[in-house]
Amino acid sequence: MSEMNLDDLSNQYFDVLKELGNIGAGNATTALAQMLNSKVDMSVPQVRLLEFKDVGDLMGGADQIMAGIYLSVEGDINGSIMFLVGIQEARHLVNKLMMQDSESQEFTDIELSALKEVGNIITGSYLNSLSTMTSLKMIPSIPYVTVDMAGAILSVPAIEFGMMGDKILLIETQFFDEIKLSGYFILLPDLEGYKKILTSLGISNI
Amino acid sequence: MGQIIKVGMADLNICVSPDGITTLGLGSCVGIAIRDPVTKIGGLAHIMLPDSHEIRNSTNIPKFADTGINELIRQIVAKGAARDRLVAKIAGGAQMFAFQNTNSNMRVGDRNVAATLKTLKELNIRVLAQDTGDSYGRTVIFYPETGDFVIRAVGKPEKVI
Repeated sequence: MSEMNLDDLSNQYFDVLKELGNIGAGNATTALAQMLNSKVDMSVPQVRLLEFKDVGDLMGGADQIMAGIYLSVEGDINGSIMFLVGIQEARHLVNKLMMQDSESQEFTDIELSALKEVGNIITGSYLNSLSTMTSLKMIPSIPYVTVDMAGAILSVPAIEFGMMGDKILLIETQFFDEIKLSGYFILLPDLEGYKKILTSLGISNI
Repeated sequence: MGQIIKVGMADLNICVSPDGITTLGLGSCVGIAIRDPVTKIGGLAHIMLPDSHEIRNSTNIPKFADTGINELIRQIVAKGAARDRLVAKIAGGAQMFAFQNTNSNMRVGDRNVAATLKTLKELNIRVLAQDTGDSYGRTVIFYPETGDFVIRAVGKPEKVI
């Protein structure tokens, strides 16, 4: 496996990623429930490998306004992780966390900070489960947040994927508390990182 | 009023007046609009990366500034535009997250803009206007009829360059 290209992923590899996504999102849901102090359910995550030009459509159009939380990852794996939710859902999470009832489309600094924390905890628990399964060290950076058009936010991971291939891999998870929350995880190890994750799980020939 | 043709990420297309052409949510990517003001044939490319030579798997032509712009011009000229009349406008190349400012490797928005300008200069195509950089996404609509390049951003008034 000297040269690896994300564009020709095997089914087995895809299944592994799906399972990783499933467990990671499960942990993230638990963390979210604890943070919000309420019951949160989760649907089975969908793992998707998409052409760049189709990415925006999945989220309801590349001009949909979303909140994106981005953390870079260091340690045994180098790369980044991103969590995206729609602006309505982000508003719902922030309101719940701050025990308020705002309907504003804009976020104050303190609300953005709360959003960062949500993203931090969700992605942190996601990484934790991945790290435990693979025995690989993954240290996330501080979270960075932006509220903007889906396409614009996604250009950041897409460009990173773009250096490796022509598709982007994302994991779609739906959470339910009072409302349905669709969240998207984009886990982005560099190519070396993919190899390490798979090797540590005992999968060598893909 | 014509149709509005959509261009995705790492994609390009051409259009003829009265149609317009759009790409949604440009972040660190750059949108390059080119037209021939006489025949009113134009097109739009949405490039992601500066240089096809830096990447090994570089067969995706519209993904890169260098190959994408060349292909866009080829298609516009093939449609009947005059090569020496072509002019360009560009937008995008933002740094979406604050960390991108600290790490020079991550300043891909700036690098995309620089590579776009360099390629256009090498091809002798005049850049009439640009709206690039900063930290927000842009949706752009280009009308080859007038050359208007409409730019929309979240929470900002629409502008035309």
